[in-house]
Amino acid sequence: METATKANPKSLGRRLGAVTRLAAALLVVTLGAAATAQQGGRAVVSFQVDVSTLDPAIGYDWQNWSIIKSMFDGLMDYEPGTTNLKPHLAESYTVSDDGLTYTFTLREGVKFHNGRELVAEDVKYSLERVLDPATQSPGQGFYLSIAGAQEFIDGQADEVVGIRVVDDRTIEFTTSEPDAAFLHKLGLNFAHVVPREAVEAAGGDFGHQPVGTGGFKLREWVLGQRLVLERNPDYFEAGVPYLDELVFEIGVDPNVAFLRLQRAEVDVLGDGIPSARFTEVMADPVLSQQVAMGEQMQTGYVTINVTTPPFDDVRVRQALNMAINKDRIVRIINNRAVPANQVLPPLFEAHDPAYEGYPYDPERARELLAEAGYPNGFDTVLYAYNVAPNDRIAQAIQADLAEIGVNAELRTQAQSTVIEAGGAGEAPLIWSGGMAWIADYPDPNNFYWPILACASNIPGGWNWARYCREDLEERAAVADTLARADQAEQRNEEWRQIFLEIMEDAPWIPIFHELQVSMHSSRVTGPEGIFTDPMHIPVHYEYIRMAE
Amino acid sequence: MVPYLLKRLAQSVFVLFGITLITFLLVFLLPADPARMIAGRSATVATVESIRRELGLDRPLPVQYVSYLKGLVRGDLGRSYAQRAPVSDLIASRFAPTVQLALAGILFELLIGLPAGIAAALRRGTRFDQVVMGLAFVGVSAPQFVVGLLLIYLLAYLVPVFPLGGYGTPMHLVLPAVAVGLAGGGWYARVTRSATIDVLRQDFVRTARAKGVFPSRVVLKHVLKNAVLPVVALVGLDIGVFMGGIVVVESVFGWPGIGQMIWQAIQLVDIPVIMGGVLITALFVVVGNLVADLVYPALDPRIRYQ
Amino acid sequence: MGSTQRARGHERRAQVAVPRSDGAAAAPVAALAVDGAGGAGPAPGARRGARRAPSGWVRRFLANGAGVVGLVGVTLVVAVALAAPVLAPHDPARQYFDGLTLEGDPLPPSERFLIGTDLLGRDLLSRVIHGARVSLLVGVVANGAAVLIGLVVGVLAGYFRGTVETVLMRLTDIMTAFPALILAIALAAILRPSLWIVALVIALVNWVWIARAIYAQVLSVARRDFVEAASALGMSAWRTLLRHILPHLVSTLMVFGTLGISTTVLLEASLSFLGVGVQPPMPSWGGIINESQSYFLDAPWLVVFPGAAILLTSLSFNLLGEALRDALDLAERR
Repeated sequence: METATKANPKSLGRRLGAVTRLAAALLVVTLGAAATAQQGGRAVVSFQVDVSTLDPAIGYDWQNWSIIKSMFDGLMDYEPGTTNLKPHLAESYTVSDDGLTYTFTLREGVKFHNGRELVAEDVKYSLERVLDPATQSPGQGFYLSIAGAQEFIDGQADEVVGIRVVDDRTIEFTTSEPDAAFLHKLGLNFAHVVPREAVEAAGGDFGHQPVGTGGFKLREWVLGQRLVLERNPDYFEAGVPYLDELVFEIGVDPNVAFLRLQRAEVDVLGDGIPSARFTEVMADPVLSQQVAMGEQMQTGYVTINVTTPPFDDVRVRQALNMAINKDRIVRIINNRAVPANQVLPPLFEAHDPAYEGYPYDPERARELLAEAGYPNGFDTVLYAYNVAPNDRIAQAIQADLAEIGVNAELRTQAQSTVIEAGGAGEAPLIWSGGMAWIADYPDPNNFYWPILACASNIPGGWNWARYCREDLEERAAVADTLARADQAEQRNEEWRQIFLEIMEDAPWIPIFHELQVSMHSSRVTGPEGIFTDPMHIPVHYEYIRMAE
Repeated sequence: MVPYLLKRLAQSVFVLFGITLITFLLVFLLPADPARMIAGRSATVATVESIRRELGLDRPLPVQYVSYLKGLVRGDLGRSYAQRAPVSDLIASRFAPTVQLALAGILFELLIGLPAGIAAALRRGTRFDQVVMGLAFVGVSAPQFVVGLLLIYLLAYLVPVFPLGGYGTPMHLVLPAVAVGLAGGGWYARVTRSATIDVLRQDFVRTARAKGVFPSRVVLKHVLKNAVLPVVALVGLDIGVFMGGIVVVESVFGWPGIGQMIWQAIQLVDIPVIMGGVLITALFVVVGNLVADLVYPALDPRIRYQ
Repeated sequence: MGSTQRARGHERRAQVAVPRSDGAAAAPVAALAVDGAGGAGPAPGARRGARRAPSGWVRRFLANGAGVVGLVGVTLVVAVALAAPVLAPHDPARQYFDGLTLEGDPLPPSERFLIGTDLLGRDLLSRVIHGARVSLLVGVVANGAAVLIGLVVGVLAGYFRGTVETVLMRLTDIMTAFPALILAIALAAILRPSLWIVALVIALVNWVWIARAIYAQVLSVARRDFVEAASALGMSAWRTLLRHILPHLVSTLMVFGTLGISTTVLLEASLSFLGVGVQPPMPSWGGIINESQSYFLDAPWLVVFPGAAILLTSLSFNLLGEALRDALDLAERR
């Protein structure tokens, strides 16, 4: 079985060193690839749930995220198989000394699928479109740091003054204050470039008539059945994509998809290996070669509502942390995860490998509970998403809690219901699985602002723990202003400390960091790590090719 | 007949109206916020609110309902929250497969159930009867997902007779239809059997048999016609219910039917799609039951409508 | 009474307990029956309304082998449900760390876990035993309620016709198209999840099948000569219903009442999945099947054993019911 090399968690600061090493690596890979690479071929990816939309301003589920990435491009992107940011549509960029202004020089000769050449105006249009309330983009909130964004949203301005088209090949962004994650945000799908004329021609249905600059373009889409992409021969990156045709088959049950993989009717299991077959696959010498496992920017955790007694007592929360047997839970999901003891997954630089967290110690947990005034435990409620394996994981957590006297009534419900309960602040405990946090971009602040910040401790917010520490919030804001490349190390250290302090407060019980597991047929192959690309889940479509 | 049809048509409008109203109310009782689901996890409160306004979800319920009805009259079912595509497009793309599976499923139910039920009734009490009825129970008690998986595994994987799920050719339709037919067939068999037994008890049948005459063709036809009555009722219901999609069979076989669409819409609180799906189901329920009601007099001329 | 009374057939056993509606010559049909044929033609001395000896039906029932099997089956299930805490070898909620393989898969049947473990390392036998309670409750009560409601609606609509028929049948249309899933999710959030909600939702939704089937049969039966004759003679509607029409419906009701147990138990699982009914870790047969379905090819015991339990339960009820019906002569004689 190929294990992806741990994607080097690089911060911007280490880019230079990384570039050199990576250049060497890429050279080797390319030479090797050139010897065996072949253009052409057709691969089939299976999915159960319908692909909802291919509009980069709107698509925000794990399924369409990487399909959109293969059809559109943004100013920034990540090196395949890694979390290393690099310019993509932009040829180069500079950042002003005060960290507020980013100037991008665009590549020449980038063409949309409709033949027109891309200009800077298109970039401005695309971002304004995301900010425009009429688009109802889920990504709007990422770009509020751009100067003039709020005025544009409120209708007080016709354009976003912070986005300035200098000439056809140059575009300038100005943020209202230094935003260390800004370049990452420009790598999000929301910032991918779309042509105005195609959007307007589609009359509100651009999501089903996508026109981008990416390596693949849309050939055919039969709703609910099949999505067919074909190679864009004018793609600006030479040599990719390898495949001539990429087919997504919709509505396929994961168990049946697995059988079809065996028959070479499917090449990539979009929904992963069904749990029932996992052990059998890993034990098989042939099949296990087709499996790739890698890390993800993911943490599965139980949120503890710190405003509801008895959880307002930190001792109770710490007791809960010590009650859970994480190894057993990991075993329940076929060891497709590593136990977690902190907020950030190991993929992040700011993750602290030396931190030990709360040990599994039910004895001590009971003592703590007694200290806090609950020698006989108490009753509470645990919410969870009902789709497997989350119902099982929640039951395991419930059983562990019962061991220390905490009787949690389990409510496994539809995702929307749980999200609503969490947003309303009604749920004492929520297992986040299935809705859990996978980072939007490889920056530690993405694990704070949406789910642990005072700013998200609002009705409807995703900070289900209702956690708020003003002092940490200030430090977080300051950390995010350390936008310069040479401040990256300092910034990571700041975040590391912030998250460790959060763990002292124990608003969560971090349970595990899920591994990404993908399986492909022997007909397809790709460079190292491509099948467990942390940014392109399940695979980086532009880099897979037929095996010779 | 025509006045009756017209009356039924008028009543159907009421039924559809009733269904949309009930569903509308229920959907808004759901503890989920579609605006928040659309806005996603990274949205600010302002974004959520603006989406709510854009979709008109901040208006009072009656206003929203009337607006929906107005759209219906125009043939506009709205746009899916999740996919942003017109609901009518989504339904249209899944319509043909749903019809195919519904009809094929009913066909198999009848093919399996009717002969078995009648034969068992004629041989009541024998080993044959017991075995057939036992099988009927197995068919009904077996979870459809498992049946489907087993069918695929045995007849499409181990022995590649049929395709491994999917849609397109008649071969693709067989296994899903069989999966539907096995469960429903069990019901049809038992119901047919008990109805047949009841009819066989009637005077003239007994007389014929007492005379040692094996029921003549005419008598047999009469028996069948009456025995089939409750089955017709079930078929009428099946038409309606199957046109609402059969989620389990669709998902195992990868059949692009309306059931999957509605199920996914419910998970996402995609209200326009939910409403559209329920509307289509209601339409066919009305049609199905009407068809059944029209068939009864054909089977038993004594049944008359005002 | 009088001249319109048809010659009554006779049962090869004793006399009639429940009045017939049709004349009933016994023989050739009865000839196919397991316990042998009776004579043909009306029996001397058979009178309408004659009561038979009370112990007679017990004897008849016990003579029916299938019925006895059914009785045993039902008793067994009920006993298991009642005595679950005593019978179960393990705590059904106890998740054993070594109840799963090192890779996290369930264990096949062994000495320690007689029919294997489930996906969380819990003893399957204990869960199936405890699951009898939920499944029995739902299968019998919820299904029973649905059958009752359906019977009333179908009979009223089919017999009285007119406005009653229109209103009830359109109501049936509405309830058929009714999105039960959405109701279930809505209820799950508003109320505390409980088995009674599941039973309610199931009853609310399933009655339409019985109603339509019964309606069809009543339409036909009510038009038969003897019924029209009876009402021409001034027999009250209720009496007509009870004595002439209901007996024809018993068999169909029996089918729905027993076969429906299976479908109801499986339906309960789907509803509980949505958060309405039994919440984990309380086991139910349908629930065990639901959560383990995709493991069918690898861990079939997880589906086979609870599935067999469902099958045996509904089958037992059916055998018992049919035997009782025959013994008590509730329906037409053979």
